[in-house]
Amino acid sequence: MTSRRKIEHELLTPISRPNEGSAGLTGFWRVFKPIIDKNRCKKCLLCWLYCPEAAITVDEKGYPTINYDYCKGCGICANECPVKAIRMVEE
Amino acid sequence: MKMVLTGNYAAAYAAKAARVEVVSAYPITPQTQVVEKLSEFIEKGEMKAKFIRVESEHSAMAACIGAAMAGARVFTATSAHGLIYMSEMLWWAAGARLPIVMGVVTRAMAPPWSIWSDHCDMLSLRDIGWIIFFCENAQEVFDSIIQAYRVAEDERVLLPVMVSWDAFQTSHTAEPVNVLTEKDIAEYLPDRRPIPYVINFDKPFTHGSLCYPDKYMEFRYLIDYSMSKAKEVIKEADEEYGKLFGRKYGGLFEEYRCSDAEAVIVTMGAISGDAKYAVDLLREKGYRVGLLRLRVIRPFPASELKEKLSSRKIVCVIDRNISLGRGGVMGVEIKALLRDVPVVDIVAGIGGRDISYVDIIKMFEKALKIVESGEIPEYLWYGVNVEYIKKAVGEYYESPSI
Amino acid sequence: MSHPLFKTVPKEEYFLPGTPACPGCPAALGLRLLLKALGPRTVLVIPASCSSIIQGAYPKTAIKVPLINIAFAASAATASGIAEALELKGVKDVNIVVWAGDGGTADIGLQGLSGAAERGHNIIYVCYDNEAYMNTGIQRSGATPYMAWTTTTPTGKREKKKDVPLIVAMHKIPYVATASLAYPHDYIMKLRKAARKKGFKYIHLLAPCPPGWRFDSSKTIEISRLAVETGMWILYEIEDGEFRLTGPSKALIDKSKRKPVELYIRAQGRFSHLTQEDIAELQKVVDEEWEWLKRWFEAK
Repeated sequence: MTSRRKIEHELLTPISRPNEGSAGLTGFWRVFKPIIDKNRCKKCLLCWLYCPEAAITVDEKGYPTINYDYCKGCGICANECPVKAIRMVEE
Repeated sequence: MKMVLTGNYAAAYAAKAARVEVVSAYPITPQTQVVEKLSEFIEKGEMKAKFIRVESEHSAMAACIGAAMAGARVFTATSAHGLIYMSEMLWWAAGARLPIVMGVVTRAMAPPWSIWSDHCDMLSLRDIGWIIFFCENAQEVFDSIIQAYRVAEDERVLLPVMVSWDAFQTSHTAEPVNVLTEKDIAEYLPDRRPIPYVINFDKPFTHGSLCYPDKYMEFRYLIDYSMSKAKEVIKEADEEYGKLFGRKYGGLFEEYRCSDAEAVIVTMGAISGDAKYAVDLLREKGYRVGLLRLRVIRPFPASELKEKLSSRKIVCVIDRNISLGRGGVMGVEIKALLRDVPVVDIVAGIGGRDISYVDIIKMFEKALKIVESGEIPEYLWYGVNVEYIKKAVGEYYESPSI
Repeated sequence: MSHPLFKTVPKEEYFLPGTPACPGCPAALGLRLLLKALGPRTVLVIPASCSSIIQGAYPKTAIKVPLINIAFAASAATASGIAEALELKGVKDVNIVVWAGDGGTADIGLQGLSGAAERGHNIIYVCYDNEAYMNTGIQRSGATPYMAWTTTTPTGKREKKKDVPLIVAMHKIPYVATASLAYPHDYIMKLRKAARKKGFKYIHLLAPCPPGWRFDSSKTIEISRLAVETGMWILYEIEDGEFRLTGPSKALIDKSKRKPVELYIRAQGRFSHLTQEDIAELQKVVDEEWEWLKRWFEAK
């Protein structure tokens, strides 16, 4: 029997583990930044629902909060908000 | 238990004994009996397994990959065009380090259509990371498939294995075969371990995503590394099989009357049987000749072959294949090992053209003449219809100059 | 913080932000919502497509469920192998989901899809249709619509769009449905329905692609909505052989309720070369499709 070295089986083949920022801090991609006006916001959470980046979370008070580390500024949230509570502001 | 079985049926019995859990296969002559027999076993309840009747060979290997990633022991079989059609997925299986075992019935490629044996199909895939066995007869097919799982699933290997045998000469020729049962081999071949990974929901992972150049090369190195370790594992698996069941094949290659041989004939597959008979007749004529039957094509037993062949006066390789534009595959690979030994590479038997012991004797005597003349070509063709060639292109060379 | 929305669309994310997806990407949103609909006991099989990249490069992945990447033509067969192996091993209550683009479904993947559907494995096959080979740079596929610009149909596609949902429906599988991201509850309902049924299920999601269809990234949902409102994309399901329109498409069987296709066409740069005559022809094609559906619908 040949001597047995410890083999890390998972390193033999490309196995990836779940991680935020798989493309880095994609917030840097932005040209326009969405800003939520909490006074107008009705907490319907459609922006949370429609965000393709999962970059909107919901705080303890139920308001949507944008994660600017990753938000790419696509503008879907602002476009879909039924009460126009989100403005796209040039950065 | 002794049964009279064709090579194909022997393969099916071996997969059964190995407790294969998922079979995913597409029919192609001359493999069909393998999958037919397996369907029978499964539907009769003799095998606790699933049979996926896929719609193509490409899907056969894809389904094997999926099933293996989900932790199952899988088996499939194919030949020629089926093998080449699935070749994209064969690369995937090797890169994903899955211990899949596949039976390959070697058959000539079209056009024109041929169902008879040559080794070009299987050999054309020797670069991709599959371990490749080549069997001489039905008994070896049975034994090698079981050994293949043992080798593939060893943590030092974790690579897929092709077990090949010749179309019709082995696949459809019936011989007495010692068949072992699941119980007999259970200790030799325990259940598959969940390595290198198995789909699980507690610690999810992604497999096979995009990989930049700074990280890719290591995966290829690791396959190559495991290939080199596989040589030991193959030898061990064969030795232990011999101890437990009374049959072994010399590990990477089989030697017949080589110990005092000045000349060695190198063959693969079914013609090795005829070659052994030819060796006996040549010995009677006074030649000190032996036969080396190459059993494992990948990992190529470079150092072992170099050691066995370096002291000979002549090596005659019979290649039942042609790497078009370069020569016989084994001739090229063996010549690369031997600096001072004259190697005569003879290409014969393409498209199933018969090679009998008479031909082998003729080839050997021709090789002797060539070596005597001092002018050894890169390779030469044997048994070609010279008239047809002359009609087609106006001339015929036994050895095309390259 | 609880919200009535979380009852149907769970708060948990199985899609992690910071992906390589384009801003406004429908595939990213479609996958994010799929994982919310089906939960963590889901295996994704993803053939070569935009999603091969959207998940992120090794060694990171944006997806928190098992994900098997596989070759372009091989997704349905690979999923078949996984389904059979997990069933044999007694692993229950899992979803095996193929998440494939239109190229890997309508073209190179069609054979595998057909085989898997005919064999009836317990798989949910979801095609996210951005109507071209987007990952390789907007080349046409069999699912590219009539007259659309792509890099390989620079003066507009001459052929009609291949109707994959109906092709798959002819395999007599238990469930076929179409979906649009503008109606996420309809999409999620259909995914959950598929998960509850046994056998092969197929869902075809329209995925309007900002760079490929030439519209501003903020309009992805708007275009998904216009597609349905103009009748160019029909929301339906075929459950155990019974056809029914779903969501807003139910009312649109009445032509007067459908918005003119011109609204949908003029909103996308890939149709900017269309003349008024072309648009009129497209309107006719859409109306005829509805008439055909009506006849089939009524005949049943």
